[in-house]
Amino acid sequence: MKLQQLSLFLENRPGRLGAPLESIAAAGINLMTLSLADTAQFGILRLIVREWELARQVLEHAGWVVNLTEVVAVDVLDRPGGLAEALKVLESAGLNIEYLYAFSLRRGDKAILIFRFDDPDQAIVVLKAAGLHVVDAEELFSHIAVGEGAAEAMNANEGE
Amino acid sequence: MQTELWNDAAGGFHPASAPDFLPAERLKEVQLRRLRAVVSRAYEHVPLFRERLDARGLTPEAIGELADIAKLPFTIKTDLRDTYPFGLFASPMGDIVRLHASSGTTGKPIVVGYTREDVDVWAEVMARTFAACGLHRGDIVQNAFGYGLFTGGLGAHYGAEALGATVIPVSGGNTERQLMVLRDFGVSALCCTPSYFVHLIERAKEAGVDLKGLPLRVGVFGAEPWSDAMRAHIEANTALKAYDIYGLSEITGPGVASECAAQNGLHVFEDHFYPEIIDPETGASLPDGAEGELVLTTLSKKAMPMIRYRTRDITRIITAPCACGRTLRRIERIGRRSDDMIIIRGVNVFPSQVEAALLQVEGALPHYRIILTRKSGLDQMAVEVEVTPEVFSDKVGALEAVRARLAQAIEQICGIRVDLRLVEPRTIERSEGKAKRVIDQRNI
Repeated sequence: MKLQQLSLFLENRPGRLGAPLESIAAAGINLMTLSLADTAQFGILRLIVREWELARQVLEHAGWVVNLTEVVAVDVLDRPGGLAEALKVLESAGLNIEYLYAFSLRRGDKAILIFRFDDPDQAIVVLKAAGLHVVDAEELFSHIAVGEGAAEAMNANEGE
Repeated sequence: MQTELWNDAAGGFHPASAPDFLPAERLKEVQLRRLRAVVSRAYEHVPLFRERLDARGLTPEAIGELADIAKLPFTIKTDLRDTYPFGLFASPMGDIVRLHASSGTTGKPIVVGYTREDVDVWAEVMARTFAACGLHRGDIVQNAFGYGLFTGGLGAHYGAEALGATVIPVSGGNTERQLMVLRDFGVSALCCTPSYFVHLIERAKEAGVDLKGLPLRVGVFGAEPWSDAMRAHIEANTALKAYDIYGLSEITGPGVASECAAQNGLHVFEDHFYPEIIDPETGASLPDGAEGELVLTTLSKKAMPMIRYRTRDITRIITAPCACGRTLRRIERIGRRSDDMIIIRGVNVFPSQVEAALLQVEGALPHYRIILTRKSGLDQMAVEVEVTPEVFSDKVGALEAVRARLAQAIEQICGIRVDLRLVEPRTIERSEGKAKRVIDQRNI
């Protein structure tokens, strides 16, 4: 049920974001979504791609420090209050969100929330018990056809 | 050459016959005899030295015992620059078979010359260096010191051959090829700068070369100061024992002093290079055990005798007997040079302190750089540290914590607040020779 997220360390200066994205584009890997967390001094680029093993290899070979993290995707209705409902569930269960980001699919009326929890397995249990739909990798990536950029980053919120 | 006496065809090592084990009294006799000869030689053939002795009303006869060396004037690095290129040579060019030169980062390089005999002594002390590091005939030595004007490459090369080991003259740089040789040639010993070896460890990891699974058992590292923490890092990531060796071109190149199996101080090959410790401020001689600047006199050098050469390296002489049995006195590992000292807002800081602080924080590899700037008259020190997989996290808070821990460790050890910047991997230039750790942009 969990997704693999790749994170990269970037210095916070002009032009640093392009290089890793070019590396994975050159390998023919499509981005499902991304999020960028930044401080005055550095940034952390987080990526969700279907071919994460390949992407990791490509990035590491190009000299980047890559971190692999398990995250949880939940889909909610793409309408006002969709996110708030999901958050209420997590809050009442006392689950701490390290950070989250969200994006909407080009087709359909769903938005996808990507959550980073300290304990993703426990979070999945809670989410499911509350009747929320946890999206696994297979389902998520079925939304994009090969070679089509189907998803766009909509938001990148820091939940820290 | 005495190599055959202490290394037999079967690879056996017979240390008892090596000059390293001379009884102290015997060693002193040799030293005094050689000191008197070298002072006479320099007086006769080096105008600068003769002028300085004359000015003090001294002649070579002033040397009646070893302690009289303190009467002699010092030689300093600028003496070599001022007499560039051959002004301190005591032999005619017809007797000189080799020239080397320093990289000369500022101004003119310094040039050093060797007679045939000097080259043989150099090979001998390097062979003794390798023997002290546990090498013998049958060992395969990958020599990754640079070959060329730098003394490291050829010095180690001749020494390894004199020992009867197999030497691979791979020279510095070309990391891919270094790894190939390391992996495929059955290399049992490697020589290079310690910072380059740290780089090799990193690249081996990336290339999937398991250094621990190789026959590599000895690392002979020198040409730049390095810390005990760096040694621990090297030994934890490989199956080798990392030895520190010491030398400088002005004296001979590598081969002035070497660690032994005890890895506790470096034995000075003092039958050829006489060590003294002085107060770097006053020039006064300090007793064994006191910390100060190392001064060396070449006792047997023909082409370019160096009398009381000030090395700028800070250390102390250890007189306690060594577990290895060598009677040669030891110097403490050199962690700092008086040249390296950074004075920032009145605080003395050495790069080795910064290194120790970085390594103290778990998982930090020693790829760093110190940048000094001056903002409205106030000196600022920034330390750039490359992010490693060990410390990297997808969480901003966790990375900020790493940064704070590093900054705090430096502040604790150096007593100065620094601007600590995490930078992307491989953005700090790797050394294939000596690492350039300090960038001073203060324009003092």
